[in-house]
Amino acid sequence: MRIKAQISMVLNLDKCIGCHTCSVTCKNTWTNRPGAEYMWFNNVETKPGVGYPRGWEDEDHYHGGWHLNDKGHLELVAGNKLNKIALGKIFYNPDMPELNDYYEPWTYDYQTLFSPAKKHQPVARAKSQITGQRMDLKWGPNWDDDLAGSTETMQEDPNIKKIETEIKTNFENAFMMYLPRLCEHCLNAPCVSSCPSGAMYKRDEDGIVLVDQEKCRGWRFCMTGCPYKKVYFNWKTNKAEKCTFCYPRIEEGLPTVCSETCVGRIRYIGVILYDADRVKEAAEEPDDTKLYERQLDLFLDPNDPEVVAEAQKAGIADDMIEAAQNSPIYKMAVEQKIAFPLHPEYRTMPMVWYVPPLSPIMNYFEGKDSLHNPEMIFPAIDEMRIPVDYLASLLTGGNQEVIKAALYKLAMMRLYMRAKTAGKDFDTEKLARVNLTETTATDLYRLLAIAKHEDRFVIPTSHKEQVVPAHEAQGTVGYEGCKGCSLASAHGSMFADAKAGKTSEEIYAESFYGGIWRD
Amino acid sequence: MAHPVDWFFWTVYPYLMLGSFFFGTIIRFVFYPGTITAKSSELLEKKRLMIGSIHFHIGIILVFFGHVMGVLIPKSWTDALGISNELYHMFALIGGGVGGLLALVGIFILTWRRFSDIRVHLTSSMSDLIVDVALLVIIILGMWASFVAGPRNPDFNYRTSLAIWARQLFYFRPNYLLMVGVPLTYKIHVVCGLAIFGFFPYTRLVHALALPWQYIYRRYLVYRRRPTI
Repeated sequence: MRIKAQISMVLNLDKCIGCHTCSVTCKNTWTNRPGAEYMWFNNVETKPGVGYPRGWEDEDHYHGGWHLNDKGHLELVAGNKLNKIALGKIFYNPDMPELNDYYEPWTYDYQTLFSPAKKHQPVARAKSQITGQRMDLKWGPNWDDDLAGSTETMQEDPNIKKIETEIKTNFENAFMMYLPRLCEHCLNAPCVSSCPSGAMYKRDEDGIVLVDQEKCRGWRFCMTGCPYKKVYFNWKTNKAEKCTFCYPRIEEGLPTVCSETCVGRIRYIGVILYDADRVKEAAEEPDDTKLYERQLDLFLDPNDPEVVAEAQKAGIADDMIEAAQNSPIYKMAVEQKIAFPLHPEYRTMPMVWYVPPLSPIMNYFEGKDSLHNPEMIFPAIDEMRIPVDYLASLLTGGNQEVIKAALYKLAMMRLYMRAKTAGKDFDTEKLARVNLTETTATDLYRLLAIAKHEDRFVIPTSHKEQVVPAHEAQGTVGYEGCKGCSLASAHGSMFADAKAGKTSEEIYAESFYGGIWRD
Repeated sequence: MAHPVDWFFWTVYPYLMLGSFFFGTIIRFVFYPGTITAKSSELLEKKRLMIGSIHFHIGIILVFFGHVMGVLIPKSWTDALGISNELYHMFALIGGGVGGLLALVGIFILTWRRFSDIRVHLTSSMSDLIVDVALLVIIILGMWASFVAGPRNPDFNYRTSLAIWARQLFYFRPNYLLMVGVPLTYKIHVVCGLAIFGFFPYTRLVHALALPWQYIYRRYLVYRRRPTI
């Protein structure tokens, strides 16, 4: 067992109102720069819809993520190492999205609004932020927001092609939900695995996936490797950029900008302890519908004394372990099983999970004397307007039973709380049918509905006092003359290890790749 | 010194350019490693890049190794193996012709793309534009030398003059008189080629030296740990 800690997120889609505050605050923080105009580290999509970039879920087209090869082993869909060289993919990456698949970013010619008085009202026309030329807008990052124009594009949603339920596009029968998306900071990250330069990495202490801007050589395989299309190429610096999980804030114990500013309080951040040695084995599960459960099996119980002892041995800080014990993510994903990974069938072991939405069904159902007959929720959820198989194709690789169980649980919790606050009778036996008790139902209600800041975000501060300052870690070879800048302290720990009698192989594996399992 | 211009171009100039290549490369890799990228514009335009880039890269790699063989293997070696001059040139022209044609088609499409695609053109630096044009010119000159200037000068054999001079460069005793009788197209090709080596490290071309060999043998997943104090 090799325990690692991972900072992860859960988004409660039931409460997402699609206001895009997360996207806008994220953009203002990270990507309002030349070269990054088209990037949205966080974006909110209306589902069903084609998304951003267009049709990102269509892996037959983009070839992102992993699949199993003939021998049942993991292989990047975009091709293994030899295939990339042999087919000249290094000269031209066939699977890479083009700017038009995202959109050509634009601004408006605001200056014309302040021109001298004219006969006609002035108009601010759209101007490309790349070429500076006037443009006719034909597509944007949220062109199909709230199903706008969906009669044209909705059927292109790759999830619709996968499911049996017929999706209605006429207005009375339509459904929609919001899907805020960010980098999944996967346990089995295909972007990291695709990077020829070794510029992409997972941080050992919290699993955040980052791009080393110094090392990136702009080969762009990370973009195609990522099935969520959450690594972007800056056309100005010619390097890859991605969601950083706001690591400077996380290190200070603060939530990410998208989570902090979420007006619906839908986002939760916490720590998960997992067994890194078993990730590959879990990702090689042949059955797509079981991948969600295989990933759940990787998560370790932070209250188990054996796990705690093993985590301490692995060098995980005590406050990280404590945060894992209080983790809202662990509560929702493992204890209550109401949160699910996004497209587990990509075999990436994503770490941003989602609570499926319930809203349309509750409106339909609450007029029907539901308090007296809570049993009604079971057939009602099966006929929900958002088809369960649509949710299952998004969140569980097609496993509908687990989605239904979560929705029953959420609905029953709501009915129970309504009865309680309204002073009505409620047969608490019903709670047992969905694996709830009065205590757990109340706890779940507090976590989901009240959603206090301190309940949503349980983030330990990082131990900066124990690691060399970031600027020194970059290496200071060549500045031997000055105090404190002898040979790069980046290698300082390696020298210490060598003195302690470790072999160079062990040191290499430990301090460079974290000793992870793959070759 | 009977030919001061020839002396300059075939004794001084090559070392200026090669010196610039070596020192520039060292400076770039040591002091500015973060600036070395392939400078891809695939995000902005894909179709023409596909045809152009694949043709060009395969062609230029063939051409590079063709030049290495043509210049470095002395005529006496192939004579010793019993390869006749005609047979040698036939192989050289076929191999070089295929590589050269691929590279020419590729660079033509890439240059056309760089100047006509509005997004690519407006996001190009002056250096990107110069590199494209320079490569187009040198490849045209090379093809011209092989297939037009060569046949027109049947008495000229680069293996008894130009190649010997080029090898002499490596042990720092170039005899510039060997180059005096070389046809003009070849001379311009050599001068332009050396110029490309000269500005190579300061342009996007430097990506050719940053091949990610370590990817072949490294583990897939990379974890990084900040060194502890």
